Amino acid sequence: MTFWRQVYEIARKDLLVESRTAEVALMTAPFGAAALIMIPLAIGTDAPLLTDLGPGLYWIVVLLFGILVILRKSAVDGGPQRDLVRLLGIDPAARFTGATIATSLLVLLFEVALGPVLVALYNPDLRGWPWLFLILPLVAIGMGLLGTIASGVTTSLGTRTSLTPLLVVPLALPLLLGATQAFEGLQLGGSIVPWLVLLFAVDLALAVSGILASGPLEEAVT
Amino acid sequence: MNANPIVSLENVGLRIGNTLILRHAKMTLEPGEKVGLLGPNGSGKTTLLRMIATLLRPTSGSGEVLGAELGTDAVYDVRHRIVMVGHLPGLYPELTLGENTRFVARLAGRPLELADESLAMVGLAGASERRADQSSKGMLRRAELARALIIEPTLLLLDEAHAGLDAEAIGIVDDIAERVVGAGGAVILVSHEPDRLTVDRSVQIVDGTLEAVS
Repeated sequence: MTFWRQVYEIARKDLLVESRTAEVALMTAPFGAAALIMIPLAIGTDAPLLTDLGPGLYWIVVLLFGILVILRKSAVDGGPQRDLVRLLGIDPAARFTGATIATSLLVLLFEVALGPVLVALYNPDLRGWPWLFLILPLVAIGMGLLGTIASGVTTSLGTRTSLTPLLVVPLALPLLLGATQAFEGLQLGGSIVPWLVLLFAVDLALAVSGILASGPLEEAVT
Repeated sequence: MNANPIVSLENVGLRIGNTLILRHAKMTLEPGEKVGLLGPNGSGKTTLLRMIATLLRPTSGSGEVLGAELGTDAVYDVRHRIVMVGHLPGLYPELTLGENTRFVARLAGRPLELADESLAMVGLAGASERRADQSSKGMLRRAELARALIIEPTLLLLDEAHAGLDAEAIGIVDDIAERVVGAGGAVILVSHEPDRLTVDRSVQIVDGTLEAVS
């Protein structure tokens, strides 16, 4: 079986599991939307202020609630399931890539689901909105990569979910910075290329690190 | 003694954290052999099984499984010839039994029809669409055994082989084990009920070492 066929099967399985639980669609996304709704209640209905703060708050909610998506994903594979996949001879890099694709798609779904809430409540300046077709996937891929790496690290250490947020949040800061600055660049009419390069570079670094570490992390599990 | 044993352990030790699980363990498993592995709870039977399955690296000594030296990258090339049915099911709870077996068939490069046929052979023909988390323990065990029929392993490792199974399912376990040894493979069965094991010989774990059972 080819590497990409293995990737496809792993991603397909993860998405099938999510489709059965619908945890992202029915729990995490509404919870994230609720957070975006509660913030105007807390700071008042100052429309210009909300317009200014909206995009930044959106990305913070994506980051924090995206961790719930990542944690959900890392719970799919318990010890017996990991043993099964290892004994099936799946390339660890293929497993990493497949899991990352599935998680990234779920985070992207989460980002898209929050979009209408942002627009409705915060009325952000959406100049240059077509760039979001690039920014949203770059952030989702970064979160997916971080989640899969963190899942591998915590599993190999035996600490599992409790450590995942502590690993993910600091490493996600460049993603948050890149996304918010790119969004602001669109509103101000400035160049967003440096911020896109930052997002792309972070994703690339995480992808290379994750693929290289996937084998040793998998074998370190006891 | 065969020149190419399926499993060969020489003074193997295994430590997990601060706990010494195995020390100076010796074992040889020849093609066509069916061996029982006995020992009290917590003696290290499952851990030994996982090491033989190449999932754990020995911390001392040396061992080979299907010609691959344990703890080296060579194990990647032989893993697809090993099936381990643990006492916890290696199934995805949210997927149906059919989806679980088809997942295995796809990744093992076997025809998809074999997944459904294997479920029928273990008596689960009508339960293919039942979710794993809505299946009984016995059904999960049978679905796990279907994996052995799909992969046709050279080395079959059965942890708590007969636990929670009815007489028919125990017969299925024994039939599958016979198929593996009949094809020149080998089987290790862990059990708390040595009287129910039909094996060529048994070994037991005593204080981290392996001793033959007379």
